[in-house]
Amino acid sequence: MAVKDYIRQRFFPHMWCPGCGHGTILNALLRAVETLGLKKQDIVMVSGIGCSARISGYVDFHSMHTLHGRALAFATGVKMSKPELNVIVPMGDGDALAIGGNHFIHAARRNIEMTAIVMNNRIYGMTGGQFSPLSAHGSMGTTAPYGNIDHDFDVVELATAAGATFVARTTTYHVHELSDFIAQAISHKGFSVLEVLSQCPTHYGRRNRVGGAVDILKTYKNNTVRIGSDKKQENPDLIERGVFVKKELSEYCREYDRLIAREHREAE
Amino acid sequence: MNKTPETTETSENIKFMQGNDVCAQGALYAGVEFFAGYPITPSTEIAEQMAMQLPKHGGKFMQMEDEISSLCAIIGASLTGHKVMTATSGPGFSLMQEALGYAVMAEIPCVIVNVMRGGPSTGLPTHVGQGDVNQARYGVHGDHAIIALTASNHQDIFRMTVEAFNFAETYRTPVILLLDEMTGHLREKVVLPEPGAIPLVKRLRTAVSNGVDYHPYLPREDGRLPMSDFGEHHRYNVTGLYHDMWGFPSEDPKIVYGLIRHLFDKIENNIHQIARFRKYYLKDADILLISYGAAARSALHLVENRRRRGEKLGLLELQTLWPFPGEIIREACRNVKFTIVVEMNMGQVLEQVRLSVDTPEKIFLANRIDGELITPTDIRNIKRVIQGKGI
Amino acid sequence: MKKKQYKGHKIERSWCKGCGICVEFCPKQVLELDAEGKVSVARPQDCICCKLCELRCPDLAIEVICTEPGTENGHE
Repeated sequence: MAVKDYIRQRFFPHMWCPGCGHGTILNALLRAVETLGLKKQDIVMVSGIGCSARISGYVDFHSMHTLHGRALAFATGVKMSKPELNVIVPMGDGDALAIGGNHFIHAARRNIEMTAIVMNNRIYGMTGGQFSPLSAHGSMGTTAPYGNIDHDFDVVELATAAGATFVARTTTYHVHELSDFIAQAISHKGFSVLEVLSQCPTHYGRRNRVGGAVDILKTYKNNTVRIGSDKKQENPDLIERGVFVKKELSEYCREYDRLIAREHREAE
Repeated sequence: MNKTPETTETSENIKFMQGNDVCAQGALYAGVEFFAGYPITPSTEIAEQMAMQLPKHGGKFMQMEDEISSLCAIIGASLTGHKVMTATSGPGFSLMQEALGYAVMAEIPCVIVNVMRGGPSTGLPTHVGQGDVNQARYGVHGDHAIIALTASNHQDIFRMTVEAFNFAETYRTPVILLLDEMTGHLREKVVLPEPGAIPLVKRLRTAVSNGVDYHPYLPREDGRLPMSDFGEHHRYNVTGLYHDMWGFPSEDPKIVYGLIRHLFDKIENNIHQIARFRKYYLKDADILLISYGAAARSALHLVENRRRRGEKLGLLELQTLWPFPGEIIREACRNVKFTIVVEMNMGQVLEQVRLSVDTPEKIFLANRIDGELITPTDIRNIKRVIQGKGI
Repeated sequence: MKKKQYKGHKIERSWCKGCGICVEFCPKQVLELDAEGKVSVARPQDCICCKLCELRCPDLAIEVICTEPGTENGHE
């Protein structure tokens, strides 16, 4: 199957702005699904609200476009009630970590087998460029016209601390890595979190004077390094990419199945 | 109280339990397969029963991080083809309004139990109050229609819980079951019906075969919308946005109009199928009481007490609160001298009753809003005031 | 080792939004934006079938058709 067989072509060209990184994430996700050989009817994509959330309408899987921040909560019900489904949950940065922060840490803590993809463009795009919990201290947004005085989350550290058993980060520049990490995250037997730095040229780029899509991609190229690179020692400001956590821990749905089996044995 | 057991009483099926446990039993009878909830007084026992019973019945229970995610999770589980429920109380019900609106819009069958306590805010966690009647109807932002049921005794709590599941499946909609702290925690006799004694409505699934265009949001001639489980061959979209018959977002005015009309009509046009009520001594009544839930217990007590003294009191006990059964109310009020609405709030059902009748000046309120159960004496005193007698 | 053989670019013009990512990051400067601001294949002879343009395209508008070594027909 070609990548185009996994999308609802009638909705293209998509609604994202020129150069928006979210399209590249969709692109890589379809390749990951193709590589894994997953059947379309075995995948449920659950998204929240925002630019990122529109991704679920474009894929030819079972799709749910839900409420702002609540995608993981809806997805938890889908997965728990039908564990054989592959559940993929793409979220925006505000979606996943501001309004959805509580659902995010608890899904990680439960270790329920789902793939959370944080499409991090460091801004609320759909509402026109407000700062998010992943906007850097000092960055500009329409609601931070004098510079952001909030401090941002580190998604990798947060997900790790919350108990996610697979945690990775990459960017929309590193496309081979991107589809590889998505494939690894989907295959992981537990809760997986993948942060993808994704450019928003329209709002973040313009407001923070970092240029257009091409310029932001260049910063991803120049300002990130693979985990363990010596360059990070020399320049601590570099952002690390790679798989930070990959561990085994009893998975929530399987744990519940064991509980049911145990109860049935005792009842007999 | 006057009850109609659905089945013969035997030593096996007669139980003495609290109302919350009866609700859980009713849900299991109806075939609940997935429950997600968050502890909150006075509804917690329902979650505890579900945690205990569901694994034994092959179902699943989840304790979520809050009430928001609880309702979201059961909506997700409903889409994979399961019968689902959550239970909460005031503050939790407030948190659920967002996802409740989603379930209305996306037409997801699910049951939401709200064991009402005193409000607003955290209010009176362990006391009775019926202040959530209007919230059940209007808590969700945006125009919509909703089904909300209630019950006054354990036999009816069982029955109405099953009905809630049946309505959810029939009309592809969330159904709210408003119980009271008082009945939730009261222990009394209940006769558990035998399997089959109460008919159950199964999930209506599409007969459209693989490869043929399936429209998850195109009603059949009878108004029902066959579903397809996530994981089956039909792949469609579910959204809280206005959407076309495939479930994809649309802002086309014709589609928007059609959908909002459909969401109203599927409930308001079936008001007679949805209306559940009990009539006590209505035939010759010249004074009518209208009540529901725990308050109806005191109303019935007063009616039976006064009947023994020759006074012609009658009671209309509402079990369907929304859609509001205005025609039934209007009919019942027509030939009486006056009507007293008995409830434990500032007159939420009173207002609806006044809107339903020709002579609203003959509708009075007997209420109690101090966290205590309204008593037969409270109602009698109001009656005497209306009649111009001293208390 | 035999190299992949380039057969052509398949471009969905109506999907392309002209962001220029493919043009900028093509290692062989094969692509350009045309007068309408859409991607066009200016130097096909230089394409090395790395497919980075296809993979990075946010609009899913590019497909590079190459034959795998040892096969006759185009392979996606």
